[in-house]
Amino acid sequence: MEALLFQIFSGLANGIIYGSVALALVMIYQATHHINFAQGEMATFSTFIAWALIHEAGWSYWVAFFFTVAVSFTGGLLVQRIVLRPMEKAPVLTNVIVFIGLLLIFNALSGMLFDHTIKAFESPFPKESALATRFFAAHQIGSAGVLMVMLFALFAFFKYTSVGLAMRAAAQNPDSAKLVGIRVSWMLGLGWGLAAAIGAVAGMMVAPIVFLDPNMMAGILLYGFAGALLGGIDNPLGAVIGGLVVGVLENLLGAYVIGTELKLTVALVLIVGTLTLRPNGLFGKKVVTRV
Amino acid sequence: MADMLLEAKKLCAFYGPTQVLFDVDFAIEIGKVTTILGANGAGKTTTLRALCQNVRTTGSMTLNTGAGDVQLVGQSTDAIVRMGVAHVPDGRGTFTALSVEDNLKLGAYVRRDKAEVARDIDKAYSRFPRLAERRRQQAGTLSGGEQQMLAISRALMLRPKLLLLDEPSFGLAPLIVAEIFRIMRQINAEDGVSMLLVEQNTSLALNLAHHAYLLETGNVALSGQAEQIKNDESVRRAYLGY
Repeated sequence: MEALLFQIFSGLANGIIYGSVALALVMIYQATHHINFAQGEMATFSTFIAWALIHEAGWSYWVAFFFTVAVSFTGGLLVQRIVLRPMEKAPVLTNVIVFIGLLLIFNALSGMLFDHTIKAFESPFPKESALATRFFAAHQIGSAGVLMVMLFALFAFFKYTSVGLAMRAAAQNPDSAKLVGIRVSWMLGLGWGLAAAIGAVAGMMVAPIVFLDPNMMAGILLYGFAGALLGGIDNPLGAVIGGLVVGVLENLLGAYVIGTELKLTVALVLIVGTLTLRPNGLFGKKVVTRV
Repeated sequence: MADMLLEAKKLCAFYGPTQVLFDVDFAIEIGKVTTILGANGAGKTTTLRALCQNVRTTGSMTLNTGAGDVQLVGQSTDAIVRMGVAHVPDGRGTFTALSVEDNLKLGAYVRRDKAEVARDIDKAYSRFPRLAERRRQQAGTLSGGEQQMLAISRALMLRPKLLLLDEPSFGLAPLIVAEIFRIMRQINAEDGVSMLLVEQNTSLALNLAHHAYLLETGNVALSGQAEQIKNDESVRRAYLGY
């Protein structure tokens, strides 16, 4: 029984990270109706920046953390303005190819600038701190806390601020949004900036567990993808819940059913299954188009 | 330009390579209701889109901002909104997934005066009590008439100099249409908002408007005082079909 509980809690802890990646994916999907396949690599690159600031420039952890988030936000915004804006009216497949290109570029940049050796990334929550409990390591509780704070901040941003409302409006109905004076194009850039910032936080929270190398996020992106689809690609809360479900399922199935080597298969099966059986996910809205 | 809010000269509009407006001239008087009439496909909606620069145009459209004249051709849509042009598009254009109150707040997006915005929201609710009842409801669940009221209120939240209305009567029951037109007359009379009304329902439009233009396949076929056109039987028979 205790082993089962351990697997579930461990799954939840991983699930929060998948949920954050899923949230970043949903953020960009909501703003642009595109899936950003480069999300994981951008997060890895951000984590490398943080690593360099802490280990090579000697900055303290939290200063490096917030600086990296700010740089990532700006970077995401610039990527949208410079690379993606010319693609706004292009067909979906063109955008997909651009995203894959970005994935390769960021992956290669990470390797080129920071080399391919596996690096340790410290956790700001030391093992023996008061946070540690019987079921959760200090880092798991700490990172869950950080990610929860981030989620609440985003929720508040979208619900209570004027810019948040404008972003939602621009994503739902860009034509009407223009008529109230919203600069829809900049809202897209803002969506990208936010997604990049979220990705950076997720990357910095996962690096202490899986160690930092250019391919760190490849598998995690798949889990995040599965979580986002399962929760409904247009539902931020659904994305987080989807991530948690994927985390728990992955652990339970890996421990009791299929063995740990096939854990990633769980994510792939979930992706295919969701798209085939219930494309709008558990919480997504069914979109009906008039033929 | 003393009495004119907007003057359009030799306005041409294009959807890709297809030209739909051919050297259209019109003027909108300050504080009055001007209407553009015409059959389907005449170019009425395109004219409103041209005013907001949502379609490729050539020619000139000068807006009298009170602090000088501004050329609208070549501006971005959001810049034109900031100059005080509010557009109620055909099909209402409400943000269907957002609440009634959020729709109204978005109408005031470019404004900075929070207290006045709150006051304007209250004014919209007192003008349209049905919106007040449904303030937290999703706009997409409102009836057609209520969505039209919401769309007009949303546009008025800008405190616009010029209100553009694209077929407000479309798809609505006659009783609701009558109420909406009565309120539009009230808005024009009390708040002095200049209006450009595009309508297929010519009798309603001519009853409300001061000046009228008739578009036929992208050309101005007729222009004059609404009162005169309404009373001129031969013109009505030839151009308006009744």
